[in-house]
Amino acid sequence: MFPVLLNEILAENLHKMVVSAPRIARARKPGQFVIVRLDQGEERIPLTIGDSDAESGTITLFIQAVGASTRRIVNTPAGGALRDVAGPLGKPTHIENFGRVVCVGGGVGTAVLFPLVKALAAADNRITTIVGGRSSHYIILADELAPLSEKFLVTTEDGSIGIKGFVTAPLAEILADRHRRPQAVFAVGPVPMMKAVAELTRPYKVETVVSLNPIMIDGTGMCGGCRVQIGGETKFACVDGPEFDAHLVDFDGLSDRLTSYRKEEAARHAETDCKLGREVAP
Amino acid sequence: MKNDLTPKERLAIERTDMPELPANVRSGNFEEVNLGLTDEQALTEARRCLTCKSRACVAGCPVAVSIPEFIDALARLDLPLAARILRGDNALPAVCGRVCPQETQCEAQCVRGIKGDAVAIGYLERYVADWAMGHPGELIKEPVPAPSGRSVAVVGCGPAGLTAAGELARQGHAVTIFEALHDTGGVLRYGIPEFRLPKEIIDQEVALLTGLGVQIECNVIIGKTLTIPELREQFDAVFIANGAGLPTMLNIPGENLKGVYAANEFLTRVNLMEAGRREDSNTPVIKRREVAVIGGGNTAMDCVRTARRLGAERAMILYRRGEAEMPARVEEIKHAKEEGVEFIMLTAPLEIVGSEDRWVSALRCVRMELGQPDDSGRRRPMPIHGSEFEIPAGVVINAVGTGANPLLTASAPDLKLNKWGNIVADGTGATSIPGVFAGGDIVRGGATVILAMGDGKSAAAAINQYLKR
Repeated sequence: MFPVLLNEILAENLHKMVVSAPRIARARKPGQFVIVRLDQGEERIPLTIGDSDAESGTITLFIQAVGASTRRIVNTPAGGALRDVAGPLGKPTHIENFGRVVCVGGGVGTAVLFPLVKALAAADNRITTIVGGRSSHYIILADELAPLSEKFLVTTEDGSIGIKGFVTAPLAEILADRHRRPQAVFAVGPVPMMKAVAELTRPYKVETVVSLNPIMIDGTGMCGGCRVQIGGETKFACVDGPEFDAHLVDFDGLSDRLTSYRKEEAARHAETDCKLGREVAP
Repeated sequence: MKNDLTPKERLAIERTDMPELPANVRSGNFEEVNLGLTDEQALTEARRCLTCKSRACVAGCPVAVSIPEFIDALARLDLPLAARILRGDNALPAVCGRVCPQETQCEAQCVRGIKGDAVAIGYLERYVADWAMGHPGELIKEPVPAPSGRSVAVVGCGPAGLTAAGELARQGHAVTIFEALHDTGGVLRYGIPEFRLPKEIIDQEVALLTGLGVQIECNVIIGKTLTIPELREQFDAVFIANGAGLPTMLNIPGENLKGVYAANEFLTRVNLMEAGRREDSNTPVIKRREVAVIGGGNTAMDCVRTARRLGAERAMILYRRGEAEMPARVEEIKHAKEEGVEFIMLTAPLEIVGSEDRWVSALRCVRMELGQPDDSGRRRPMPIHGSEFEIPAGVVINAVGTGANPLLTASAPDLKLNKWGNIVADGTGATSIPGVFAGGDIVRGGATVILAMGDGKSAAAAINQYLKR
């Protein structure tokens, strides 16, 4: 059992959970993830490790409750416990002093981006962070990211905060400016966003790294479910990734495979909502 | 009771058949197919054994179970003794009695098989093991070993790891098993379906080991959570048995269409995560009317029989050689056929064909013929030009095999590997790092449960020697 020490709501459906997992906290490097299984009969859910503290033996998870399983995970209060937490999995991010770096986060991808920004800042990179979301409710971790960044930009689709539009607009501007053009770009978010970022940086040949989130079970390379096409080669996101060279990723294939269980997910979602309804009924 | 039939009387007894669930019933559920011998059947079968001096059967067993001795005890109806003999030699007898390929091992060596049918050793092993589980109060208590003061880390809770752990605990060593998944058993749990090996059996066998003092820590991935050098510091010896498990891709077009599974993913979803088996499982699995499984081994049989149970009307095995060349156990092939599985032999896949929305719709195949024997000694399959054809399929499962997983070995640069990434180990399991031993699929590549157990047993003996030095 892995005790939950803190469960804080950062935004609608977005929770910050601090979990006691001493071995993982000791071994973890930025870019790695854990597989969480709340209880018997539950799914195995891959979640990026947002932060860790080897001394206190804790890891921090930022969890967006999008499906039935993640909703149940975030319903675990401080004082409760997660039955299974396995990791740290995946390859750590390659961190060096690139010089100028742009970090782009979309939606809950921002939570995955956070540890990267932290590590890049520690390596003395000059960071511009661009965070985007549908509206102000979906802008997360601004307070944490801003102090790590030389420049911190926010975009929202409805213009409720920051620049109205997508993250790609300010990125395109920066890329077009020879003096501000970065040596590396890190982007984490919905597949269409990462694809758009890759297409923007491609003509400038700026090294671009994305973190992928395919369907995954064991997280150790055993099942092959998380396979993605990278430069025409089959790679397993869990062991070869989750970060890859954005210019080599087959984003269309990835987003297609992500819909494999849409029907089943929808059915379960409906069921969960129904059950929740019964629970709150007097 | 005495076991004093004359050889002539023994020879007159015919081999008993395993009672089974009827095929039409079992192909719709996940209940165990083989029901186990009745008391009377077991006694009669035990009396068929000539308890011959040559003990050829024992030589055919990778863990050298004292077969004639436990069968003799059974024939005398001294079940506590039979159980003690069996369990003394084999850490997982209820598993082996179900999944071992006895027909190519102990039973293949049985003297009675020369003229007629071998003694049904596997059935008897299962009978005694199941009896023991049902009668804990009647068992002869194992003496608790004196602590040796030495500790051993076992990596992987599959058949090799469990066997080694049991052997080492019986020597008084403090054993800790580290398992990457959230539950015990390794391939026994995620790979072998419930209808061949009920999970309850694994739970009970594992409970016996924890009863001996073996500690099991799940969710620890060696190579990630902890490394081999760290284990080497914390324990007096290490046994690596983390399995193979990195699916070999088919490398044909269409492999990334939706509805294409590697066998490990399909089986893990259903076996470990209970997708499709329990209504309340939160893990989904794709079910379709037509399911094509590529491969001819036991894993392929497990996949196709699972697909059938999930409701496939047409569950098919596609294999590029002929039925005689299939590596699957005879019993698995027989059961699959009875359950309505279609065998499409001498057929190789060329392409997985997809619909517009990128779901699998068919498998384009070519007919094969067998040519000259290849390196493996089996006749090499050759495509027949112009014989291409399509089979409609909504799910395609790749069960052609697995390779070595580099996750652990990548964290141990001093560990010598062969060109396929398998750990190099000598006959005792010793690796290039002193005090570190290895066995099972990570050394052999994909093999069987019992060979992995054999490795676990011999490595445990070598580790015991190493710790005494």
